Amino acid sequence: MTAANLPPDPQATSNLPDGSAMRTSRFSMIRSVWDSAGMLLLFLLVFIVCSVAVPDFLTRNNMIGLSLSVTTVGIVGCTMLFCLASGDFDLSVGSVLALAGVVAAIVTNSHGMVLGLLAGCCAGAAVGAVNGLVIAGLGINALIATLATMQIVRGLAYILSDGNSIGIADMRFLQLGNAMIAGTPAPVWIMAACFVFFGLLLHKTVFGRNTLAIGGNREAARLAGINVTRSKIIIFAMQGLVAGLAGVVSAAQTGLGDPKEGQGLELRVISACVLGGVSLTGGIGTILAVIVGALIMGTVQNAMDLKNVPTFYQYVASGLILLAAVLLDRLKRR
Amino acid sequence: MAEPVSDDIQQPETSHQLRFDAICKTFPGVRALDRVGFEVTAGTVHALMGENGAGKSTLLKILAGAHRPDSGNLVIDGEPHVFQSTAQALHAGVAVIYQELHLVPEMTVAENLYLGRLPASRGWVRGRELQKKARAQLAALGEEISPHAKVSSLPLAQQQMVEIAKALARDARVIAFDEPTSSLSSREVDRLFTIIARLRDEGRVILYVTHRLDEVFRICGAATVLRDGRHVETFPSLANTSPATIVNRMVGRSIDDVFHYTPRPRGSKALDVKEIAGSGLSAPVSLSVAQREIVGIFGLVGAGRTELLKLIYGATRPRSGQIEVDGKTVHIRSPGDAIAKGVVLCPEDRKNQGIIPVRSVMENLNISSRRHFSPLGFIINSTRERANAARYVQRLNVKTPSLSQLIVNLSGGNQQKVILGRWLGEKLKVLLLDEPTRGIDVGAKSEIYSIIYQLAATGVGVLLVSSELPEVLGVCDRVLVMRQGRLVADMPRDRADAEAVLRLALPIQLNSDTAVPSGACAS
Repeated sequence: MTAANLPPDPQATSNLPDGSAMRTSRFSMIRSVWDSAGMLLLFLLVFIVCSVAVPDFLTRNNMIGLSLSVTTVGIVGCTMLFCLASGDFDLSVGSVLALAGVVAAIVTNSHGMVLGLLAGCCAGAAVGAVNGLVIAGLGINALIATLATMQIVRGLAYILSDGNSIGIADMRFLQLGNAMIAGTPAPVWIMAACFVFFGLLLHKTVFGRNTLAIGGNREAARLAGINVTRSKIIIFAMQGLVAGLAGVVSAAQTGLGDPKEGQGLELRVISACVLGGVSLTGGIGTILAVIVGALIMGTVQNAMDLKNVPTFYQYVASGLILLAAVLLDRLKRR
Repeated sequence: MAEPVSDDIQQPETSHQLRFDAICKTFPGVRALDRVGFEVTAGTVHALMGENGAGKSTLLKILAGAHRPDSGNLVIDGEPHVFQSTAQALHAGVAVIYQELHLVPEMTVAENLYLGRLPASRGWVRGRELQKKARAQLAALGEEISPHAKVSSLPLAQQQMVEIAKALARDARVIAFDEPTSSLSSREVDRLFTIIARLRDEGRVILYVTHRLDEVFRICGAATVLRDGRHVETFPSLANTSPATIVNRMVGRSIDDVFHYTPRPRGSKALDVKEIAGSGLSAPVSLSVAQREIVGIFGLVGAGRTELLKLIYGATRPRSGQIEVDGKTVHIRSPGDAIAKGVVLCPEDRKNQGIIPVRSVMENLNISSRRHFSPLGFIINSTRERANAARYVQRLNVKTPSLSQLIVNLSGGNQQKVILGRWLGEKLKVLLLDEPTRGIDVGAKSEIYSIIYQLAATGVGVLLVSSELPEVLGVCDRVLVMRQGRLVADMPRDRADAEAVLRLALPIQLNSDTAVPSGACAS
């Protein structure tokens, strides 16, 4: 068939020779499973090994503890996924988390819980929107821009709280962080809801596909008619909002708005995403990667705690795991 | 040979010689060089000529060690070489001076001259010796450049001199220049040519890559012409060769074989651009394209063609001007606006502006048109995504193992078909094509042309930018010529011949005793 006489646009799609399916050898099948679910399998392996080798690991209480320990990274990871997929990242999330907790505590104590919740999230969203405007609107590098807001926002959290943790009196607020729903803590439900919502947003909407296209090739995306500036502002505003939500949840768990909360969170979140297989250079990322990345980190941490591995060694171990995951990913792409 | 070395200049100690021996190089989907062989001797500047895609830069990169040939080798002074790296090429005495200079802008001139071989003892740089050597090297070139100066602080012409001095500091036997005058003023060009003449008289092999005929006849004594990756002819002397002969060899005659042009009846105006002005244009441009018409814009790189398309497409904001599509004034502020009005662009640089390399063929195809079949313009409908992609993959004969194949794994021609396919789901009125067949082999080229004809036949107005003259002459109903940011000619197909168009496009006019073709508009 030559293009000189194109066939009259067949509606049928089935006669497209799907060569990859026809020529599937065992090797390429293993490969495609590995490509799509490699890190999930790795997580299951880690989980099984821990269940067998670590006493008290596979108990109900420990499972609840484990899932609670990954909520912050999991929730913030949902939107970090969008930042990374669009080829940027956000270093200010840890500070935003602290600011949102402090704001929520102050407003809850003076105006009640509902306003407190909203104020915390809105503070986050506002910081995010500023990030987006500076990065997409003014064209400032995301590393520099969010490094700056990271410090500004941390400073604001200290100023607002006068450097002290602010206790929250409203018991209903604490419920948000500590209630058990169907045997599972509320923060875990919130994280699960975030996974579902942002998973659908990334994979099932035009906005999500555009995000990946922008990260894959920004100029090509722009010339294909995608409004890159607007998309980026939305992505960063979402990131701020969700980091704010995570701050409110974490304040509800501890009952404190603590300006020191969330130090180093940005790196833990980015590590989890990359560990799961989200590309640092943009264009590649799935919600599954974030879930698995957060779970692997949480599981290893949890197992080391149970085994009484000293904290100093835990740092070394998490660093090595991240390095190994990135190397694996590199091998995968050969 | 033809260009005699004047006797009063001291005789070169040695006279070097370079031979390309049956060099082949294939890139995915393109045969870039096909058994290219010719000889370059010292004592004369040897021009390497050819159109874009002829294989000049690939050959140069092989000479520089940046690419490895599939077969064949380089013979320098009788010794065969196949360079595995640029370091090996440098070591063998080959220096290539590219259009984009390879200097470290934030380092000093002296450091750049001896980059990688700084005089040092036990790791400590011997600063005074470095300055002394650098100063001597620059003085030998007759340049008054301070060795302490940061390269970024120098004007481009002087940076180029630093690059030449760098080649001399390594005592290069073979020096190749890639379009060295493209950003120089005429005084700077004079200066450069004096130095090239001196290098020639010193017995070095000088290869001079250009597509400017005036320069060839000014500085070169011999020339080799490449076309479509093949060696066409080597002129050992240019004394009895006319520019027309060289143009003829560059362009070739077999235009109709690839193009299969048939005339179409024109409709009313699809696109009417009035006095558009903006970055990259030195004068406002007006042009129109009728329905079912294919209009070509020819010009050299930097003539403002791409910039013009981007202004029409809203990828850069015009300063002033008006655009009508199908007789209605439209306000295009972004590519999104343009697409909504039925004006689309296939950009020049496929890799950096066209494809999303890490995404699949399906994603790349649906990127824009999915908004028509996604519920609320927001929710992805996987079934229709697949159907839409499959439809255009089949219709455009895209060769891909599956829809989920990453686009970066396809050949250039198939990538271009996907980018074209991206727009077929829109209500197309105007198709802007920027170098649609760059780096694409002949077979895929002719497929792309027939897609363009088909689209034109359905009523689309096509504006096609190309620096390949045969393409413009072979495909288009009307030819516009741009030079240095302005539109200088507008001629119908039957009055556009290769030499006239090329002459109009050249920035420095040849002694133009030939009449400017009628229909040319001075703007």
